[in-house]
Amino acid sequence: MFPQSKINPEKNRPMMLDIYDFYDKMERNNILLSFKGDITSELLTSILQIMESKLENLQEEPKVKKKVYNVLVECLQNLYHHMGEMDAAQNEKNRSAIFMIGKLETHYNIITGNYIRNENMDGLKARLDEVNNLTQIELKEYYKKVLANGEMSAKGGGGLGMIDIARKTGEKLNYNFMPVDDKYSFFSLNIKIS
Amino acid sequence: MEKINIESTPKTPSINFDFEKGVLEIKGRSIPENSIEFYKPIVESLEKYGSAPSSVTTVNIQLEYFNTSSSKCILDVFKKLENIHKGGNQLVINWYYEQDDEDMLEAGEDYQAIINVPFKMIQMEE
Repeated sequence: MFPQSKINPEKNRPMMLDIYDFYDKMERNNILLSFKGDITSELLTSILQIMESKLENLQEEPKVKKKVYNVLVECLQNLYHHMGEMDAAQNEKNRSAIFMIGKLETHYNIITGNYIRNENMDGLKARLDEVNNLTQIELKEYYKKVLANGEMSAKGGGGLGMIDIARKTGEKLNYNFMPVDDKYSFFSLNIKIS
Repeated sequence: MEKINIESTPKTPSINFDFEKGVLEIKGRSIPENSIEFYKPIVESLEKYGSAPSSVTTVNIQLEYFNTSSSKCILDVFKKLENIHKGGNQLVINWYYEQDDEDMLEAGEDYQAIINVPFKMIQMEE
């Protein structure tokens, strides 16, 4: 056996290939920013500041800039609140999430991914499908109904986030659940803003 | 009652409430993760103000961004104002929005539809 301190170049090679693979994929999708890890309030403050100046530098028209910023806030705070709901005793892996913001020629993409307990999957799926089945006019009415009558959770999330995203983007909520094990699935959401 | 002057932060708006003049102003961006905590003092002081309001109350809302978590709290603020108005006091909510910001105008119209108080939609020039 080699002593631990000795670097084995062969062993490191696959990692080097992976990072180029990451880079290449991110380059092709024109990822402006990506993050994987625990989602904290401080992180969101920084990310939003960075994205705001990036949008400024891209000289995006104010209307698009506002939409992207608004939807980004909702997506990231969804992740944040979801992390808070995950059992603190859970291991690090399940408390971590990923997000990416990409800019293609015609639109922006905001992609998020996080673990979700299998027992919560059907409820979330039903809520997303419900939003996806509504027209823009119905979304407006639904938003008002939930705003006026909906119960608010302790932290202020009141189930309005997804409705607001669908309403502001005018796009369907594109989602996926990937089974991980008997307890968890990986939930991903891809929001298009044009 | 003491005046309320809260300075803005990157995630919370400035709030100025002059009880004597009957002017409440909320200005900036409202995107805190925990908005209930932020709005609690305002909702509470409006409750107090409601027991002896100024004969005319003017509310100026000039938000650049607000998240859905704030939207519920803003509704709570407006519900307190609705009660003051119901009590026979003159009250108006001026909802400011930037030119081309249709989303912000629509958000104001959503509140207008829910809350029984005179709203004035005011477009700001860029």
